[in-house]
Amino acid sequence: MGTAGLGSRQALLGLAALLFLIDLYLIFQYAPTASEALGLQVQRIFYFHVPSALLGMISFAVAATASVIYLTKPNPRRHGPSIPKVPKRRAAKTRAARFFSRVVAMLIWVPSASVGTWRYLCRVEKRKWDRIAWASAEVGTLFFSVAIATGAIWAKPVWQTWWVWDVNGTLTFMLWLVFIGYLIVRSYAPTVERGSRWAAVVAIFGAAAVPFVYMAADWWEGLHTERITGPGASGSMDSEIFLTFMFSLVTFLVLFIALVAERTAQRGIEESIEELRREVSA
Amino acid sequence: MTTNATPEVPSLAIDVQGLSKSFGRMAALRKVDLQLAYGEGLALFGHNGAGKSTLIRTLTTLIRPDDGTVRIAGFDRESQASNIRSIIGYVGHQSLLYDDLTPRENLRFYAKLYGLPDAHDLVERSLAEVGASSYADRRVRVLSNGMQKRVAIARALLHRPRVLLLDEPETGLDQGGLELLDTVVTAVKQGGASVVMATHGTERALALAERAIVLADGRVSLACATSETTVDAIQQAVLAERGASSRSGAQA
Amino acid sequence: MKSYLRSAVAVYAKDMRLEARTKETFSAVLAFAVIVAFVFGFAFDPSPSVVALVGPGIVWVAYVFTGILGMNRTFAVERDRGTLEGLLLAPVGREAIYAGKLASTTTIMLVVEVLLYPVFLVLFELNLFNIWFVLVTVAATVGFSAVGTLFSAIAAHTRAREILLPLLFLPIVLPVIIGAVASTSAALAGDGWDGVGKWLQFIVAFDLVFLVLSSWAFDFVLEE
Repeated sequence: MGTAGLGSRQALLGLAALLFLIDLYLIFQYAPTASEALGLQVQRIFYFHVPSALLGMISFAVAATASVIYLTKPNPRRHGPSIPKVPKRRAAKTRAARFFSRVVAMLIWVPSASVGTWRYLCRVEKRKWDRIAWASAEVGTLFFSVAIATGAIWAKPVWQTWWVWDVNGTLTFMLWLVFIGYLIVRSYAPTVERGSRWAAVVAIFGAAAVPFVYMAADWWEGLHTERITGPGASGSMDSEIFLTFMFSLVTFLVLFIALVAERTAQRGIEESIEELRREVSA
Repeated sequence: MTTNATPEVPSLAIDVQGLSKSFGRMAALRKVDLQLAYGEGLALFGHNGAGKSTLIRTLTTLIRPDDGTVRIAGFDRESQASNIRSIIGYVGHQSLLYDDLTPRENLRFYAKLYGLPDAHDLVERSLAEVGASSYADRRVRVLSNGMQKRVAIARALLHRPRVLLLDEPETGLDQGGLELLDTVVTAVKQGGASVVMATHGTERALALAERAIVLADGRVSLACATSETTVDAIQQAVLAERGASSRSGAQA
Repeated sequence: MKSYLRSAVAVYAKDMRLEARTKETFSAVLAFAVIVAFVFGFAFDPSPSVVALVGPGIVWVAYVFTGILGMNRTFAVERDRGTLEGLLLAPVGREAIYAGKLASTTTIMLVVEVLLYPVFLVLFELNLFNIWFVLVTVAATVGFSAVGTLFSAIAAHTRAREILLPLLFLPIVLPVIIGAVASTSAALAGDGWDGVGKWLQFIVAFDLVFLVLSSWAFDFVLEE
C-alpha cells in the first residue's frame, strides 16, 4: 500500500478513536448498572471483554484465511521493487455522464461491488496476504490479551476464581497461544520467507483445530461442571445494554480494521525498503 | 514421478539466466548466467563467500531462486523440480551419510529411495568403483574423512546422474582420492553427462573442465573456455575481485 | 502411489535400523518417561481415590511430555547431522518423507508407552492393561505424532527447538489430550464402548484431518 492509502488509513484511525470516546461515554454513563449477582460496576467490563474476544476470533479467521491464500497463490516472477500500482479509472467526460454512471453504480451496487471486490482481492499480490495475516495476528494477540485479562478481572469478584475453563475461555486461551506461536516462529526462522511460510502453517493448523477444541471443551464441561450462567450468558438484554454492546462491537471492529490496515501498510513499506536496499547494493 | 516434458533446448545440460538470490539483506547471487552443454565440465572459482555454494545448491533445487530461470536437462526448476532431482548428483561439504550405518547400508537406502532396480548389484558396483569395498561394512562414523568422501561420491553417482554437482570435492582427499576424482569426472563426461565443480584447486580444475567461471560477490566476473585461460589468470581474477569487494565493503 | 509407499517404507526402515543399532532416541525417551512417572509418584499421594481422579491426567501428561522429547529428535538429528538434505535431494515427494518419519516416531512412542504400563501399575496401582485404553493410546499417539512430526520439522531448523515444539504443538493437540484423558477415565472405570466410543471416534477424526493437513503442509515447511 505504501503511501497510497495513507489518507484513508488516517481517517479510519481517527474514526476508531472517535467511536471509542463515544463508546466510553455509553459504557460508563448510558448503560445501566448491573445487578448484584453480575458484579455491579465491574460488570461494565463486559462491554470490553466480549467484543475483544469476538474480534480476537475474527482476527484469527482473517489470519488463517490470508495464510491459506498466501501459501496457495503461485509465486510471481519479480523484476524490480514491488511497489504495487493502483489502477486508475477513466474519469467520465461530461457531468451528465458522471451523474448517470453514479446512478447506475448505485442501482447495481451490490453485485458490482462484489465483483469489484473480488477482482481487487485477486490482484492483491502474494506477499501482501502474508502481511495481512501478520498484522491480523498481532492485533488479534492484543485483543485476546485484553479478553483474557478482562475475563479474569470480571470473574474474580463474581465467581471468586480467576479463570474458568468453559468452552469460550478454553478456545480463547488456545487461540491466544497459537497466535503467540505464530509470532515467535517468525522471529526464529532463518529467513523471512521461511518464517512467513511456517507462520502460515501454524495459523492454518490452529484454524483446523478450532472445531475439535470446541467440541472437546464442550463435552469436558458437560462432564465436570454444571452449566455456568453468569457473565457469559446473554439471555435477554435491556435495550440500553444491547445498544451499548452493539456499539462497542462496532467500535472494536473499526479499531481492528484500522490497526490491521495500518500495520499491513507499515510492513509493506519496510519490505519495499529492504528490496530497494538490495537493489542499491547490487 | 517423471512427467512428460520435452526439453525446449535439448542441447544444453544447464541453462541458467538472470539467476538472483538473496538471503535477507545479503545478495548471494546477482543475475548470474550460465550455460553448459552435455559432456562438458565447468570449473567454478571465486573467493569465499562469492556465491559458489549458493549457485551449486540452487542447481540442486535445494534453494529456490528469487528471480531468473533455471533449466537443467530441459526441466524447469519452478515446475519440474522433482524431475531435476532425479537426474542430478551432488557432493557437498557434508557427506549426507548416516554415521551409524555402514556404507553398504547407506547406499542400499539411497538406492531404495531413488527407486533404482537391482539395488544389490548396483551398490556393490558403486562401492567397487570408488574403492570402498574393503570398508563397506564398517560404520561410517569410524571412517576417515577421505573414505567418507569416497562413499559420498558413490552415493552421488548411484543413479547415473546426467549432471554432477561438486562443491569443493577435493577437501579431505588424499592423493589416491584426488586421482579417483579425476577418473570419476572424466568417466562421467565421457558418458555424456555434465559436471559443475566449485573448487580452489585451480590447476586440477582447468585440466578437467572445458569452461571456467569466476564468481565475485554473486556476479560472474569472468567466463571463458579453459583452453583460453591460464592458472595465473584465474587466480588473478579471484584475488582482484576479493580486493575490490573488501574495498567496497569498507566504504559501505 | 507405488513410489510413495516405497520411499516411505525406505525411510521408515532406515530409521528403525538406526534405532535398533544405536537405541539413541528410544533410551532417551524411555528414561525420561520413567523419570516423569516417578516424579508424579512422589508428588501425588497414590491413594485409590486420588488415583481415580488424577490417574488418567498423570498418564497423559507423562506421555505428552515424553512425546515432545521424542518428536523433537525426529528431525533435529537429521538436520544437525546434515542427512536431511540427502532426503530432500531425492526425487521423492515430501509426503513420503513425512509418512516415513511419522511411522518411525509413532512406533518408538508406542513401544515406550506400552513399556510404561508396568511402571504405572507399580507406582499408582493403575492397571492399564485394558483393551480400550490401548485403542485410545494408539489413536492419540498417532494424533500427537501427526502434528508433532510436522512441527518438529519447523523447530529443527531453529535455535529454540526445545521451546518451539511444545509451544506450537500443545494448543493444536489440546483436543486429543482432553479426549485421551476423558476416555482413559471411562476405560479404567470399565465403561467400555458406551463411555469410550464417543471420544475414540473424536480422536480418530482428529487424526484423519491432521494426517492429511500435515502431509499437505510438509512441503511448504521444508522448502528453503
